[in-house]
Amino acid sequence: MDAILLQILNGLDKGSAYALIALGLTLIFGTLGVVNFAHGALFMLGSFCAVALSKIFNISKITIDPDKVDFLGNPLKVKTPYVIEWFGESTGAAIIDWSVPLAILFAIPVMLLVGYVMERGLIKHFYKRPHADQILVTFGLAIVIQEIIKAAFGANPIPTPAPDVFRGSYDFGVLLGMEANAVIYPFWRLIYFAFSTVIIASVFAFLQFTTFGMVVRAGMADRETVGLLGINIDKRFTFMFGIAAAVAGLAGVMYTPINSPNYHMGMDFLVLSFVVVVVGGMGSLPGAVLAGFLLGVLESFASMNEVKGFFEALYLPSIDQIIIYLVAIIILLARPRGLMGRAGVMEE
Amino acid sequence: MRHLSKSDKSTLIIVAALALLAPFILNPFPEGSALAQFNAGYPDLMQRFAIFGILAIGFNILFGLTGYLSFGHAAFLGVGSYSAVWMFKLLSMNIVPAIILSVIVAGVFSLLIGFICLRRSGIYFSILTLMFAQMSYSLAYSVLTPLTNGETGLQVYNDDPQYLMGPNSPTVTNLFGLEMRSTFTLDLGPWAFQFNFGYYVCAFFLLLAFYIAIRIFRSPFGLMLRAIKTNQTRLNYTGLNSRPYTLAAFVISGMYAGLAGGLMASMDPLAGAERMYWTASGEIVLMTILGGVGTLLGPVLGAGFIKYFENIFSKINETVLHGWFAFLPDGLNDAIVWVLHFFVGKGWHLTLGLLFMLIVIFLPGGLMEGWTRIRNKFRGGKDDGEAPSPTAATTPAE
Amino acid sequence: MGILEVQNVNKSFGGLKALQNVNLDIEEGSIHAIIGPNGAGKSTLLNCFVGKLIPDTGTVMFDGHSLLGRKPHEINQIGVSRVFQTPEIFSDLSVFENVLIPCFAKRDGAFTLNALARVAGETDVREKAEQMLIDVSMQDKKDMTASSLSRGDKRRLEMAMCLSQDPKLLLLDEPTAGMARADTNNTIELLAQIQERRHITMAVIEHDMHVVFSLAQKISVLAQGTVIVEDLPENIKGHPKVQEAYLGVAT
Repeated sequence: MDAILLQILNGLDKGSAYALIALGLTLIFGTLGVVNFAHGALFMLGSFCAVALSKIFNISKITIDPDKVDFLGNPLKVKTPYVIEWFGESTGAAIIDWSVPLAILFAIPVMLLVGYVMERGLIKHFYKRPHADQILVTFGLAIVIQEIIKAAFGANPIPTPAPDVFRGSYDFGVLLGMEANAVIYPFWRLIYFAFSTVIIASVFAFLQFTTFGMVVRAGMADRETVGLLGINIDKRFTFMFGIAAAVAGLAGVMYTPINSPNYHMGMDFLVLSFVVVVVGGMGSLPGAVLAGFLLGVLESFASMNEVKGFFEALYLPSIDQIIIYLVAIIILLARPRGLMGRAGVMEE
Repeated sequence: MRHLSKSDKSTLIIVAALALLAPFILNPFPEGSALAQFNAGYPDLMQRFAIFGILAIGFNILFGLTGYLSFGHAAFLGVGSYSAVWMFKLLSMNIVPAIILSVIVAGVFSLLIGFICLRRSGIYFSILTLMFAQMSYSLAYSVLTPLTNGETGLQVYNDDPQYLMGPNSPTVTNLFGLEMRSTFTLDLGPWAFQFNFGYYVCAFFLLLAFYIAIRIFRSPFGLMLRAIKTNQTRLNYTGLNSRPYTLAAFVISGMYAGLAGGLMASMDPLAGAERMYWTASGEIVLMTILGGVGTLLGPVLGAGFIKYFENIFSKINETVLHGWFAFLPDGLNDAIVWVLHFFVGKGWHLTLGLLFMLIVIFLPGGLMEGWTRIRNKFRGGKDDGEAPSPTAATTPAE
Repeated sequence: MGILEVQNVNKSFGGLKALQNVNLDIEEGSIHAIIGPNGAGKSTLLNCFVGKLIPDTGTVMFDGHSLLGRKPHEINQIGVSRVFQTPEIFSDLSVFENVLIPCFAKRDGAFTLNALARVAGETDVREKAEQMLIDVSMQDKKDMTASSLSRGDKRRLEMAMCLSQDPKLLLLDEPTAGMARADTNNTIELLAQIQERRHITMAVIEHDMHVVFSLAQKISVLAQGTVIVEDLPENIKGHPKVQEAYLGVAT
């Protein structure tokens, strides 16, 4: 029981990331009819917003402490980050410590801008081109973004920790009346899950309860008709692209403490997010979210030692690496439209 | 040969001549001259030209004719390589059984994957193939370690059974005793031309692949594939079942990829999972569109172009760049080198990505379209010159 | 006994009953028009004939075969061809290739892996296709790309593609929609010629009464998903039920 609960919890954070990326992919696909192969790169850019901010906070002034010497006998050079100098010892240290959550504020405008530029500067010109061209150009863009990040930040993963207070773990088991230390779950993963839920809920609320959202939903259902009504749907779609980029970016920002960002993380997540979109049902927002969590949890179960051991006995080590794909194939064979896919979406 | 039209025959002859004389053509600069670094006439690179040419020709049969964009072709390449290496381990270092098996296994594998992926078309199909390619990569990298030797990669060891190995059999890859690595160097003045047996084996298969592709393009089957690309609805209402046609195209192009993989292992008996990574599939797509989707010659050109510049760009580093721009004042020199160094050496992938975007945006018909445009301009701007770009086909509504 | 017999066909989409108890009998060799106001279910009915939709209940028999549950290409192979409202042709291919394809489909069936044969060497199919183009007087446009044809020529080409299969039944979905009067008259003439020469059974869905009354030998009027009248053209014009269906009763 406790092992199962633990695996479900473990799956939730990765599932959240899948769900957020898949949500953005579906939004873009539903509104603009474009499958954005650069969406993983947006997630990765979000992560690097956090890395960049933490680097900025750590820019230091170098002073020489005349009283101390280093081990070679030279005067000791002391690095003091500017934030500490400006805001004082405790506030400054807190700012550095909290760089990941603060990066949310930094990432929102950056990602909105990136999304805006991407849509207006590139994707816009591809609405009337064949799907193959849309895929290819966004694929090329993904490579370009990835290589730029690699040139700027290097090829190695950059650990970016969460604030100190969240670094511990929470004993979930005790809460549910189990014995101590049975189900221990890191605080930050809990926060990531809560954060994702809030974002998903706000996106849905936005689409459901605002006029803007209503038009977008109508546009998703029938783009041409809404265009005929005299509503400038293109402008709204541009904004929607920005939102999708921001959602992916925020998912990336908050994911940094869980997974040290590297330049190819976007591609890795993108393929899995596609699987999520396909399993959930192309064009279905709830489907994307549901499938995201489902596959995240599933992956977590497959990485349990018991499960792995079972498959290892069948000469299939590391089954957790492909379980998502296997399940996706089975689901697609049984339900070709995915779990919640509507008829007529992406069919001939 | 008598089954080809005049223009196809001359295309084939040109390709054959280029392939045969490649050691001369690709080696125009004398040894030791400053330009020698731009030579491409050495065995390893020429083999790659031919192998990737085969791969791109096969990919074009699927993408160019039917318009189905597969993002998983590297998987078939990898499967072909693994099969070939297993033949080396089990039988002998003769490449014939290895190549036969790699084509067969890749064919069966693509039949399985195609059967599932081709239930869908358009974007959906691309995503499904991408998914399968990534799964195949994971399978090769970890899950099927007993078959693929995981991260280390599959290679031939001394204690492998090699049942057909006689006491005098060569221990390197060979064709009935003729070793792939054997190279004859012809010294002509300052030039050194290398004739490598392995390259000519690859070139033979390239020509065979090219010939079969021409036949497919000109066959009723090829006509149906083109019809699928332009209007599947009409095709179905004309009494034709598009599924077996697309599946056949998928399997044929998978077998081409398997052949390429088998040849790759025949030149260097190794197989690793990285050959199956999805960026490798992306590279195949790029070669094809760079050359010209749906044209006969384009994919071969694209493959050669990419492999050549990959080789050149990877060799250039900052020192080389400083050397080139030494005539400029120091500050300007440094600035130019600083900008350029992002695109060369390890930055080759950035250049590749940019090239990818530029081609799709400005020249969707690839080099072949560019060539037609230029030619039309010189012929006095005939207005009918607008070459129909192969990818610009409008997808049929509903 | 008609060549196409439709009995008690029902089809609903969610709560909307698109077709209710439709009965239809198309006589072999005749031109049968199906008319009705917008939303009467004409297109739904047509889609039930070609395998795009499957009726909820009822039977559709064609020449002794049930059409239900068959795929479009299977239905075509037993002799039903369809002309679409907006011409569906292979726009990127040449006019000649457009006609070649149905000729191959007629000869080789739904799938043949003839990857090493040559189109240029298939003399019988080529001759048939050439003859077809002459029949519709398009031989001079043989090498043009289909997308560059005029709208009328696209329609003509689509018709040629369907006819080259020697169908037993030709379904026409608003063949003159959006055409100028002259083009419409040409199309009427073409259809009448075809009827005269080849005796192909045709089912025409049409809005243009001029077309309907110039061609049809029998007319079925569809309104709100049911056939309200089926009669000879001369009896349809003044029929009170038809006027009611088109003009509506006071709402």
